[in-house]
Amino acid sequence: MKIVALVKHVPDAAADRTFNEADHTTDRTNVDGILSELDEYAVEAALKIAESGDAEVVALTMGPDAALDAVKRALQMGADSGAHVADDALHGSDAVATSAVLAAAIQKIGDVDLILTGMASTDGGMSVVPAMLAERLGLAHVGFVGELNVEAGSVRARRDADVTETVEAALPAIVSVTDQINEPRYPSFKGIMAAKKKPVETWSLADLGVDAGTVGLAAAWTTVETVTKRPERTQGEIVTDEGDGGAKLVEFLAGQKFV
Amino acid sequence: MPVERLLPTPESRDLIALVRDIADAELAPRADAAESSGEYPRELLRLLGRSGVLGLPYDEDFGGGGQPFQVYLQVIEELAARWATVGLSVSVHTLSCWPLVAVGTDEQRKRWLPDMIGGELLGAYCLSEPHAGSDAAALSTRAVRVGDDYVLKGTKAWITHGGLADFYTVFARTSDDGPRGISCFLVPADAAGLSFGTPEKKMGFTGSPTTLVHFDDVRLPAERRIGDEGAGFGLALQALDSGRLGVAAGATGLAQSALDVAVAYAKQREQFGQPIITHQGLGFLLADMAAAVEASRATYLVAAQRRDLGMSYRHQASVAKLIATDAAMKVTTDAVQVLGGSGYTRDYPVERYFREAKVMQIFEGTNQIQRLVIARSLERSE
Repeated sequence: MKIVALVKHVPDAAADRTFNEADHTTDRTNVDGILSELDEYAVEAALKIAESGDAEVVALTMGPDAALDAVKRALQMGADSGAHVADDALHGSDAVATSAVLAAAIQKIGDVDLILTGMASTDGGMSVVPAMLAERLGLAHVGFVGELNVEAGSVRARRDADVTETVEAALPAIVSVTDQINEPRYPSFKGIMAAKKKPVETWSLADLGVDAGTVGLAAAWTTVETVTKRPERTQGEIVTDEGDGGAKLVEFLAGQKFV
Repeated sequence: MPVERLLPTPESRDLIALVRDIADAELAPRADAAESSGEYPRELLRLLGRSGVLGLPYDEDFGGGGQPFQVYLQVIEELAARWATVGLSVSVHTLSCWPLVAVGTDEQRKRWLPDMIGGELLGAYCLSEPHAGSDAAALSTRAVRVGDDYVLKGTKAWITHGGLADFYTVFARTSDDGPRGISCFLVPADAAGLSFGTPEKKMGFTGSPTTLVHFDDVRLPAERRIGDEGAGFGLALQALDSGRLGVAAGATGLAQSALDVAVAYAKQREQFGQPIITHQGLGFLLADMAAAVEASRATYLVAAQRRDLGMSYRHQASVAKLIATDAAMKVTTDAVQVLGGSGYTRDYPVERYFREAKVMQIFEGTNQIQRLVIARSLERSE
């Protein structure tokens, strides 16, 4: 069985994230990048399946050179190999283009039984790439999965959407997992050492047969026109309890229309 | 700001990054609460074992990390900077494994080391006794050979992980031939006749238990003796040389944390219309603290590098233990001073650091014993 885990390299959500002034794309230079935390759940889910049976795990990313770090982290956690789509023309690609490129990469990897993704990226946060990929590859898509079992030729998944439902899908399939599915492992020191020797392929758009004119900022269906910085957090209001603390709190909440 | 480290290889840089990841996410947020409640973080030690952090200086053949001592010690420093109890716990555990690594038979190593280094079996190191502290060679716990077994009788004192460990590395007397009559044994926690005192009510390091350990005719098969009969004291002293460096590294981490808290506070706290760090009296206090921390680190690293090069390092280990733990006491005391009244409260961690620093001048050989080791080495020098 071959599993592809999609891993995205994103600006650390704990840092102060900004946009490039020139084209309003995500600033990836002035902030530390990490493997999107939500994708760690996908990697962990893939590794768990691989450990309980016979499966190989390929970590796939698309992004600038630094995005290789996301693949590296997945390899350190235990994935078997990596693939990195890197091409200057990809800068500013929207979700539609991203899904086209990833679909081409998955086809190049070949014979893939299961594609696992996080429920969203922690930077874009649109949650649309898995469904778009499924459409492009003609595969079943199960989103927001909190529990996953692989059986012969199919997956059974608990989907935690507005209602909780158990869904079965034939393989090959695309499953996006939530942060409820598992507790991602830390890499081990041995895993870090072993990762250095694992194979990683780097592909350009030409390698994948994707026309550079269909991706990137110019081909994007949406454009970010302006960016407004989140307002500074203002000093909160401190209520001193002089015997009437409760009443004052209610008064404050009523003033904000919370009660 | 993380400490900028001089590390010998790319893999050691990756290791430090991994340790920081784990320490920031798993250790730092829990330290305060666990030190208050006295709850030992056993699961964290398992996590560190699974992550490959519990056998760093030992051969990869035994499941260790194959790292030079200078790297292992910097890992201890990073852990202790987030949570001193855990840093010292790892040091004690590593020390407990040492006799088996050094002189165990292949069979003994194969049987026990993987689980010790993997974090499943936590170790304790039993050398001190109620009446044999600094004078360790005066220990009186006995191990009497009876057929294929040894029978252990006596009491060990000040045992970190007492009652909690899965194995006890015990030094006991197999003959009356002074230091040459001491042997080393590996006692499993479930051995009949093994019992523990009530945990000591300590000033600090309240997150891990320290107890008496009683051996009441504990019967052990001879295959649990580590090394030759009578070779125990030499092993204990060699283990202590390494252990002292672990304490020096832990003390450096603790002092670094105290300095970090003090500097951050002094930058934001304003008096007389300016941040207090810009008042020279306070700036100089912080400067002395920073100098002490960096001197501690440099001193333990020199000793570790000597060890890595196969040079003698007993003298330097004692110097490092003395310098780093005295520095930690001074730096944590001054950190409380920098924070003023706030530093004296439990709203800030520096009062805990201050309490934790004190014992570092005492355990693994009091600083008076370190001076004795250094003075003797001077006396013997040509």
